[in-house]
Amino acid sequence: MEIFGKSVIELRQLVKKKKISPREIYEYFQKRIEKYNPKLNAYITKADFEDKNVEGLLVGIPLSFKDNFCTKGIRTTASSKVLYDFVPPYDATVVSKIKQEGAAIIGKTNMDAWAHGSSTETSDFGPTKNPWNLERSPGGSSGGATASVSAYLSPASIGSETAGSIRQPASWSGVIGLKPTYGRVSRYGVIAMGSSLDCPGPITLTVEDAALILKIIAGHDPYDATSSRYPVPDYQTSLKKGGSFTIGITDEYFEGVDEDVKVKIEEAIKIFKRLGHKIKKIKLIPPKYAISVYTIIQRAEVSSNLARYDGIRYGNNRSYLGSEAKRRIMLGTYTLSYGYYDAYYKKAQKVRTLIKEDFSRAFKDVDVIISPTTPMTALKLGEFEKYPFFGEAMDVLNEPAAVAGLPAISIPVGLDSKKLPVGMQIMARSFNEEAILNLAYQFEKETNFFDVIKKGLNNYRD
Amino acid sequence: MMEKTYLPIIGLEIHVELKTKSKMFCQDSADYFGKPPNTLTCPVCLGMPGALPTPNKKAIEWTILIGQALKCQINRLSKFDRKHYFYPDLPKGYQISQYDQPIAIKGYFNLNGKKIRIKRVHLEEDTAKLIHDGKNTLIDFNRAGVPLVEIVTEPDFNSSDDVKKFLEELQVIIRYLDVSDADMEKGSMRLEPNISIKTKAEELPKYKVEVKNINSFRFVKQAIDFEIKRQTEILKENKIPNQETRGFDEKKGKTYPQRKKEEAHDYRYFPEPDIPPLVFFDEYLKKIEKMMPELPEDKIKKYVEELGLKYQDAYIITRNKNLSAYFEEVYAKYFEKTKKLEEKVKNVGQSLANLIINRKVETNLPVEDFISKAIEILSPKKTDIKAVDRAVEKVILANSKAVADYKSGKINALMFLIGQVMREMKGKAEAKIVGERISLVLGRR
Repeated sequence: MEIFGKSVIELRQLVKKKKISPREIYEYFQKRIEKYNPKLNAYITKADFEDKNVEGLLVGIPLSFKDNFCTKGIRTTASSKVLYDFVPPYDATVVSKIKQEGAAIIGKTNMDAWAHGSSTETSDFGPTKNPWNLERSPGGSSGGATASVSAYLSPASIGSETAGSIRQPASWSGVIGLKPTYGRVSRYGVIAMGSSLDCPGPITLTVEDAALILKIIAGHDPYDATSSRYPVPDYQTSLKKGGSFTIGITDEYFEGVDEDVKVKIEEAIKIFKRLGHKIKKIKLIPPKYAISVYTIIQRAEVSSNLARYDGIRYGNNRSYLGSEAKRRIMLGTYTLSYGYYDAYYKKAQKVRTLIKEDFSRAFKDVDVIISPTTPMTALKLGEFEKYPFFGEAMDVLNEPAAVAGLPAISIPVGLDSKKLPVGMQIMARSFNEEAILNLAYQFEKETNFFDVIKKGLNNYRD
Repeated sequence: MMEKTYLPIIGLEIHVELKTKSKMFCQDSADYFGKPPNTLTCPVCLGMPGALPTPNKKAIEWTILIGQALKCQINRLSKFDRKHYFYPDLPKGYQISQYDQPIAIKGYFNLNGKKIRIKRVHLEEDTAKLIHDGKNTLIDFNRAGVPLVEIVTEPDFNSSDDVKKFLEELQVIIRYLDVSDADMEKGSMRLEPNISIKTKAEELPKYKVEVKNINSFRFVKQAIDFEIKRQTEILKENKIPNQETRGFDEKKGKTYPQRKKEEAHDYRYFPEPDIPPLVFFDEYLKKIEKMMPELPEDKIKKYVEELGLKYQDAYIITRNKNLSAYFEEVYAKYFEKTKKLEEKVKNVGQSLANLIINRKVETNLPVEDFISKAIEILSPKKTDIKAVDRAVEKVILANSKAVADYKSGKINALMFLIGQVMREMKGKAEAKIVGERISLVLGRR
């Protein structure tokens, strides 16, 4: 039975028809991890197969989780030595929802320590390599997760995004990454980075897989007061509805973007036109302002969220924090200090409101907005040290939607001249994941993403 | 030279633990007192990675209720904030509290005609409990996350007596609201007075001394009196007392320095991102206000004006919510029971109050029994002497042995004879009168 390259939904069909057992699938991925992980370092903790007797949408599907999701009985470190041997006594809500559908945890994926970074290089477990080119970064912070999907070390993965941490590595690793609306998916049990920004989301090979997983993990959680009671639509059905959209494009999101990337996005826009969608030029606040807002708010929240790792409970003390975490704690502490709060944090919140309003205004005229996911394709490992705000520069185009809490997806739209995947993001108004998925699905049907995902997988066909 | 005047300026911070079923931000039981250590914990109150707080609705309602009882304005938009400091009893490295938009502000309390202004009432979470055991410090997280209400007064007190009185009244109110045991010994009510001394009428003091770790009203008074004396002596030497936090030594009855102002914390408050802001609509606030029981202040007024009690007695009875409820029930039912009695008691309210206060009748009796006894005492039965004498004759004739015993000096024999007569009379006689008649008749013989 050929398993290689099958999507979650395809694997599910095989299990349903009893053509393969959950254990066989699990062992298949275990073997692949044995073989390829030493090269890629996508996983930092491997799990064991558990025979479960449940009915559900994901029976027999092994999934990987970014290592900031608490998994009961399985070590969870957020890639930091501070939590080197922390084994949570509870499951994150997303984890328990996935488990309830019968999926199995295949392992925990590498990430930037505490999700601080955009290259997976701040991990205390060493960087993850980009499956497309081992000298390059897969992006981050969910780089282990996107690499695990790109090299088919799991059929799909659950990552998390604060500002770009799903979309940017999905783009660099040539897979699909969906960041839902803030509050759409529970944060309970996800080791907090920027609490007002954090969003769990799926990383997949197909748009339909993303829709399926989102359907499972979305919804109100009594354990997360910021999770929304907005009803969860059946994304899987709605993405096939078709229809035409008004797509917004804005020059501000093409400034400083590599020519290679621009070309691919322009090609994608032509395809959307061909599919009958209307393209409309709009104006938005330049994304660079989102960087300032994001930096202040996220650092402040980080300095607070990391206060609990005080050395009393979790084995290793604060001297085990890496330099990036220390820098963020210092900046956050400074901006929250007496006399500075108004000048930094409060002001940032005001600008944040402006950015939200700016998007609301834009979404009166358009259904979605598209732009490159990142200004450039995967950089070489080590490049990040040259930039003091590396993450912010790489995630510049992701930050506005993150700051505004909007949903967005990154999908592959081709390869650049270096044979590296290019990602395009589709953003929509809050809780309009349906439009994003619908449009991404149309694009997938039309182009099969120019076989980018397939080419990526084929490098790891055994 | 004119003698300087020294006027104490005292403000209070009072913490009250709410007796909600569950903790402030998780499902664990909040009833931690006497429970084995670390048995009421979960990822949330242990501050585990990834855990999130979800606010307890009841605790918010009760805080609003306390605010309303103290005649505060309720902020229509309130929020929680993170207050950061490092201490082993604080598992998250911050306490979820309220900073600039507390639930209630600007209230007041009428203390014997003096207005004590309430600055704010806010809601936060309690910390874990540190138990020092020789060289080691143990942490019990059962208390971590129990809802804690902080009530802050303006510096409107000038004497320790007023403070003590206010605190006693506040304790009674909290207990009337049924939102906390407000038990000082268990730590469900904690007090922190801040004290300074004003030397000239027009000037506010330039310093403030806060006293912590006080666990009885008596000690609060002692601590304040000690501070007034200590600070006055310093001022008399033309020095200014240090701005500091002091502890209280119960055994010595003295305060001692704990922390200087220079060591004051920068708590780096910012809005708790894990909890959306709280928005209270008028309808909701009115619904809560309807839960408000009649408070002692109003009860006293009612007892004095409508039931004819003396202020002091009304005060005593209203100190305890159950006792005043008992009193009110007795009062209402007493009238029903005594409708048919000919002889009416003049001031029923005061008379019943006297029975309760002087413990003439126990208040742990069922109300019906209390009333029977009260009637016996307050409305003596009319005794038909002739009928009694007839019954006495009959009983004496029928009980020659008891009569003989009585004559030989056995007191029990008289009790037996009284009983027999009462039976004949079917209880319609005063035992005392029956006794007198028997003695009289037998004495004659």
